[in-house]
Order: sequence, then structure tokens, then C-alpha cells
Amino acid sequence: MIELIGRRSIATVEAAGRFGHFLMDMGRGLRDVGTWARLVVVQMRRIGVDSLPVALFIAAFTGVVLALQASYTFTGAVPLYFVGTLVGKTMMLELGPVLTGLALAGRVGASMAAELGTMKVTEQVDALETLAYDPQSYLVVPRVLAATVMFPVIVAFSIAVGIVTGWLTSLVLLDLSTPDFIKGLKLFYVVKDVWFGLLKSASFGFTIALVGCIVGLSTRGGAEGVGRATTRTVVYSAILILVLDAFWAVVLL
Amino acid sequence: MIEFHDLHKGFAGKKVLQGMSLVVRDGETVVIIGYSGTGKSVALKHIVGLLHPDAGDVIVDGQAVSALDRGSLTALRQGIGYVFQFAALFDSMTVAENVALGLRKRGLDEDEIDERVREALAVVDLSGTGEQMPAELSGGMRKRVGIARAIALRPRYILYDEPTTGLDPVTSAVIDRLMVRTREHLGVTGIVVTHDMRSAYTVGDRIAMLYEGRIRQVGSVEEIRQTRDPVVRQFIEGRAE
Repeated sequence: MIELIGRRSIATVEAAGRFGHFLMDMGRGLRDVGTWARLVVVQMRRIGVDSLPVALFIAAFTGVVLALQASYTFTGAVPLYFVGTLVGKTMMLELGPVLTGLALAGRVGASMAAELGTMKVTEQVDALETLAYDPQSYLVVPRVLAATVMFPVIVAFSIAVGIVTGWLTSLVLLDLSTPDFIKGLKLFYVVKDVWFGLLKSASFGFTIALVGCIVGLSTRGGAEGVGRATTRTVVYSAILILVLDAFWAVVLL
Repeated sequence: MIEFHDLHKGFAGKKVLQGMSLVVRDGETVVIIGYSGTGKSVALKHIVGLLHPDAGDVIVDGQAVSALDRGSLTALRQGIGYVFQFAALFDSMTVAENVALGLRKRGLDEDEIDERVREALAVVDLSGTGEQMPAELSGGMRKRVGIARAIALRPRYILYDEPTTGLDPVTSAVIDRLMVRTREHLGVTGIVVTHDMRSAYTVGDRIAMLYEGRIRQVGSVEEIRQTRDPVVRQFIEGRAE
């Protein structure tokens, strides 16, 4: 038992050391602007533009469900225009960033881990190094920067779409007028609602990309190893998103 | 000149290299032979700093590789071409982009890069395949692209990791001829890791056998052919016992 605890402790300290080392290497990679500047644009398109349909699809249905559930909860006790308040606040503060983050942990994080994992086991990462490229500046920095920048953009669109579908649902299914919905939307709105959600989503983007890169580049063992890396990335990212979500709520709200 | 000095390397408690020493002189091609899993590729990776030794070192042109900082290691790598066992082509890039990638890092202008890519593909008899993706090529063609990517850099040294493994005899002979041609054209120093004896006799000036983590015997092709060392004899004759 003591041996097991000892082994686990050593493994944890080693993992923390590797993580710290990875972050230092990434900092070094940041200095090689000539290498990552061109690649970051490609990654921004892949992470941002290509992820938009999935994120908007989720946001659209979240808006519908939020409006209907709010109306169901409020019936009789709370004025119906509070549907606008609930849809707006929930999309901006919580569901916009978190649902998008969880969905993109699967799409973006898993895809990064699979791509980098395959490159690792087929010696493409070694080949990059022998061609005098730093894998950090060629592979990691563009992905992490692009995810950090593009996640807030995707989430901003998601929030907008969620609110629009919430409004349309209120209009068509709840007999709530547009002025009433907007009245509710504005009721407790503060600018912080928006930047809180966007800051949170930037931290989610950074984390998902970092986990995808770290796990991908430490892949061993062929196709099976790539599969394990992909699964691990999704699980770790989802856990970290929920932890970060609570962290930001405690620190900023 | 490349010198392996008492090189030790192990993985997860298993010792692979246990005091390997070997000198590769400028202009020659040395073939390192040995059983699978004896650390031939591991030795090769130490030359470009892809692996860090547990003890000992590799000295390239007087510089101890493991002691180099990132900038010096990058400069060293720019003078070395590395041909990987399974080519390690970037599968999201075309053949031409694969060959051009290392040249871009050297800051050459686009016209010169195009010229060098064309020239390198012509040397490996793959003119006209520049726009194809690696997935569209056969195993032998992929290896030739790997060689083109290395020679386009006009390196001082070329390292070949199992260049003929998994290829049919005719394609292997084509790769052998290509390695000889590369040495003649570029005058590069080469190290070839292989267990294909026909290839070793064709391309090597000297042959070194790695056995149990150390160099068991090193000598000219003729000396190795005539060896009386039972371990080396068994290997070069391919006898089960």
C-alpha cells in the first residue's frame, strides 16, 4: 500500500515536472515568430471556422430548450418576460461557454491529439526536428494561440444564436412579444456578463489545445496509442473545463 | 567526422547501448549492421540529438552533441540529412512541400527552393511527382522522397535508418544505387543502419557490427566478408544457429 502511494506520488511529481517543462518549451517556441505566424492563421481557420457549425447547432437548440424550461418553471409565479433574462444570462455566463467548450473538447482536442499522436508514432515529429524546426513553434504554439483566440469568437456567435433561438421560441411558442423578451434580456444585464463568458471560453480554448498537444506529443505505441491519446484528451479536457468553470465563478463572480 | 564515445543508453531499465564506440571519417560511408532491437537506430538518433545519452557522447565535428544548446543543435542539424525507416513524410503536404520544408527553414528564396526541389526529385528519379500526396506513393517511392528531402539540404552528413527494409529486392537495389550515387554526387559522409547484407556490401566503405550494445567488429567490406568472428559470421550468413 505504502509502495503504491509512493509510486503514485512520484508519478504525479514527474507529470507536474513534465508539464512545467512543456510550458517552458512552449515559451521558448513563442520567440520563433517566423515559424508560427504563418501557421497560426491556418489553425485559426481549422479551429474557428470549421468548428462553427457544430457550436451553432448546439447553441440553437440550447436557446430553444432554455426558453421553454424557463416558461415551464415561471408559470404563474414569475412574469413571463423573465424568460429573456434567463435565456440571456444563462447563455452568456454558463451554457454558451461551457457547452461549446465541451463539444469542442471532442472536436478540436481529440483531433489535435490524433494528428500530433500520429505524427509522433510515425516519426514525423522527429523528422521536423532533424529539419531544424522546433516542434513547439511549428506544432504547439500555432494550435494553442489559435484556440485561445478563436474560442471566444465561436462562443460569441453561440451566445448570439442561443439568444436568437430563445427569442424565436418565446415569440412562436410562448406568446411572448419581442419588446417583452428584450425587456427581460436587458433587466439584469451588465457588460461583465459578456466578458466573463468570453474570458472563460479563452481559458477553455487554451486548456483544450494544450492538453491535446501535450497528450498527442507524448503518444507511444502505434494506432492503439493514438486511440488512447484521443480518449485521454477528451476526458482530461472535459474535467479541466468543469474545474476552470468553477474556478472563474469563485474568482470573478 | 562523427565519433561515438562509449555511448550508453537504456529505456525503462533495459540497457540498449552499453559502451558503443565508433569513428566515422569524413567522406566515407559506414554501415552499422546488427540484429533487430540492438540499438542501431538509437545510436543514429543520438547524432542529431533526438535522444540524450545516459553516459558517453557523440562528437560531431568536435562538438559533443548532448552538450549543445538549442541554437547550436539547430545549426548542427542543418548540416545533417536524416532518412527515416518509414520515410516519415508529412502526410498533409505534397511531395514537393515535403522536400521544400527544410529549405524554407534555411531562409532560401522561393526560386532557389523550387530549383533545389526539382533537382532533388530528379536525382531520385521522381521528377513530376511533386504535386502528389505521400499516401499516393508506393513504399519505395516514399523512401526515395525521404532521400530527396535529405539531399535537397546539401548536407555534410547523411544518416540512413533501414533504407531498404520492407522493400522488394529490385526496389532495394534501386535505393542502394541511389545511396551510392548520392555519395558520389555530393561527397557526403554517410552512416547506414541496416540488417540487409546485400545493401551493406553495396553501399559501405566499412561495416561495423553492433552486438549487445557494443561494436563487435568493424572493418572494410572485404574484412567483414572474411571474418572469423562466429557472431559476425552467423549474422552475415544469415544462419539460424
